[in-house]
Amino acid sequence: MIRSYQKYMPMEGNKMSFEPKLLGFLCNWCSYAGADLAGVSRIQYPPNMRVIRVMCSGRIDPIFVIQALELGIDGVYVMGCHIGDCHYLDGNYEAIRKFDMTKKFLSFGGLDNRIRLDWVSASEGVRFGEVVSKFVEDIKALGPSPLSGDNPDQELLRKVRAIRAAVSSNRMRALVGRQRKITEEENVYGEKFPEEKFDELMDQAIKEEYNRHRILVALEEDSKSVKDLGIELKLDPSIVLEHMLTLKSRSQVDFQEIIGNTPIFMRI
Amino acid sequence: MSEEKNEEEVRVGVFVCHCGSNIGGVIDCKKLAEEVRTFPNVAYTEDNLYTCSENGLAAIKKAVEEQKLNRVVVASCTPRTHEPLFRECISEAGLNPYLFNFVNIRDQCTWVHMKYPKEAYDKAKDLIKMGVAKAVKLEPLDMIVVNINPAALVIGGGVAGMSAALNLSRQGFKTYIVEKEDELGGRLNSLHKLFPHNIDASEFVGKIINNVQNAQNLEVITKSRVKNIEGFIGNYEVEIDQNGNIRKLEVGAIIVAVGSSLLNPEGLFGYDGIKRITQYELESKLKNKELNVKEVVMIQCVGARNDERPYCSSVCCMTALKNALTIKELNPDTHITILFRDLYTPGTDYEEYNRKAREQGVLFIRYNEERMPIVEENQVKVYNEYIGGEMMISYDLLVLSTPLVANSDNKELAQMLKVPLEANGFFLEAHVKLRPNDFATDGIYIGGSAKWPVDITETISQGYAAASRASTILSHDTIEVEGAISSLPEYNKNLCTGCEVCIKVCPYNAIIKNENDEIEIIEALCKGCGLCGATCTNNALVIKHFTDDQILSEIYAYGRK
Repeated sequence: MIRSYQKYMPMEGNKMSFEPKLLGFLCNWCSYAGADLAGVSRIQYPPNMRVIRVMCSGRIDPIFVIQALELGIDGVYVMGCHIGDCHYLDGNYEAIRKFDMTKKFLSFGGLDNRIRLDWVSASEGVRFGEVVSKFVEDIKALGPSPLSGDNPDQELLRKVRAIRAAVSSNRMRALVGRQRKITEEENVYGEKFPEEKFDELMDQAIKEEYNRHRILVALEEDSKSVKDLGIELKLDPSIVLEHMLTLKSRSQVDFQEIIGNTPIFMRI
Repeated sequence: MSEEKNEEEVRVGVFVCHCGSNIGGVIDCKKLAEEVRTFPNVAYTEDNLYTCSENGLAAIKKAVEEQKLNRVVVASCTPRTHEPLFRECISEAGLNPYLFNFVNIRDQCTWVHMKYPKEAYDKAKDLIKMGVAKAVKLEPLDMIVVNINPAALVIGGGVAGMSAALNLSRQGFKTYIVEKEDELGGRLNSLHKLFPHNIDASEFVGKIINNVQNAQNLEVITKSRVKNIEGFIGNYEVEIDQNGNIRKLEVGAIIVAVGSSLLNPEGLFGYDGIKRITQYELESKLKNKELNVKEVVMIQCVGARNDERPYCSSVCCMTALKNALTIKELNPDTHITILFRDLYTPGTDYEEYNRKAREQGVLFIRYNEERMPIVEENQVKVYNEYIGGEMMISYDLLVLSTPLVANSDNKELAQMLKVPLEANGFFLEAHVKLRPNDFATDGIYIGGSAKWPVDITETISQGYAAASRASTILSHDTIEVEGAISSLPEYNKNLCTGCEVCIKVCPYNAIIKNENDEIEIIEALCKGCGLCGATCTNNALVIKHFTDDQILSEIYAYGRK
């Protein structure tokens, strides 16, 4: 057998090259077993990824992935059983939905290409080595995450914090949680909610919640007016105002004071 | 997530295994163990040549006692093989087995980074740091004990169901067979002879039915259907509808042996049920001795192995050979032609039929799916691949070998049992190789043609297999199920909004809304996959042993400080 992936160059003698810091979430039954098989077969691959074992890829809460990126990890790999092979019947279908939503959110911060979802079976030791090597290679090509190191990009950090708060929100969790039931199953009238239509709804919700949570994150530092928030977040003030009213109705913000004619909002 | 404060100081012991030279030959385990001692909450570390050896296990027990450890981390091979051993070890040392955490530094580290010891060392260190961080957050868990009702329900009174039921009742378990027809026997009742060895079908099934009727502990309920199923492993409550009368059964295990159905080949090859019939209709003609023909043409794979039904029905080749030989036996002058696509006669006995049929002059002509035979009033036009031209074969009886198909009511039953069907509508087992007679849901088993078409030999084997799988449960008074499952802890109940999304994502129907309108996890059904935890709209559900808190602490341990 070819003991591949020895192309990997160690850091010595190549000090300028960037070694990404990667995190992998592996499901116990397939991908973790595949990673073990890679070991048993002595497949060699780059040592950049640390692994967190979970029982099912469907256990991966979007919060975990975003938290990892927020802490400066250069790339996050979620791996599960191949479709149809999930030890828990259809956990990997849930993983897809949550991953897709996470990716869409992260695109606002340009971090979406730093996360990857893949299927590796317990018998695919060679493939495990291959996909990890490829991920390392791809993240190397992207360069270090703007959030890595001791001086992370503060503006991006605020965006990612807003994203983490947005994926924790009731609305997003309820939407993504119901997605499969709504789009894959017929209702009592024998109708199915079309996937494309749901996607539209989802995209709309993602955009709204992203901006709303950015407002909340911005208000954490200081109370601000709609106009100032618009400038800070590069959003049209009318959109900020609309979100502000929603946030107020959710009791997440309130008026602090009115300076001149301008109301100043604060976070509750 | 947990608000339960553990007053006790957390003292983690870390044991770094050399695994001979497997780990120790790549990285410096001694140095690693010393460095790990500086990690938060680590009270004790040591390196062992083999932590899994008797000496290694003794060292863990000694350290737990002397160092007052209340968490143990072993950095070694892989939890997939050795976690049970170390869990047992710490429980012998008086700790809850769930206070153990495994860090994989061999299979996923030294074995795969053999040429880069420095990087492998750093990776092992990170992994231990993460493992310790999780260990600190671990909580003791109890295994869940479920009572088992030593009774079984077998759905279907065909040969699979009867075999399973006889097996279980003879082991002393109260067994019920529910059969929708008015008599037992299933498909066998309509067959003439059985391959191999041409045993008489009625005689054969008669013997089995007789055994069933005389069996102890075995009750047959005919003309009845399953109406509703509630419960979980060891504790199923089943409603049976017998001609409008509802009867309730309580059983610990359920075997699905509903068999399969016949395809009605209406519109295929001029099927009319008189001159152009199916193999099953031929069987009853043979059985009733009402066959008088001179030229027989059989067409194989009618409505099978095509886009609509991509599977092979597995019994039709042998059925055709068997019936051809039977006709030859009755009248050796009968001309028989079998038009086939591929002929499957596997095993020691079956190929014998193929050879015998050829010896007795049965003509075999291969046809191609692209050039299907064309059936005319008294002759079949077929493109013969071997001679590369068309042939006309006259017949006075045309027999179509049609596949067995899934029962049309499988879906209804599958929904009641909460088990899946595959694309063709047959029941889908838990794993085609590893768990061929189980469903993913514990306590429900499957055998025979309900899964895919199989012959009688295989059906009986599977009936026994399903029974033996069921008896692994039924033979216990209680069973223990995994403690690392989903929960809605008391302290999180106020977080639950009652949105029921968890109920929808649970693959095992383990989450219900109880009579108090509260979310409740049926512990015996939960497998701990964690889907509900990742989905819960208000983070109220806690996945024990893989809590948000535990997973996040691993992430924090690895990420930027």
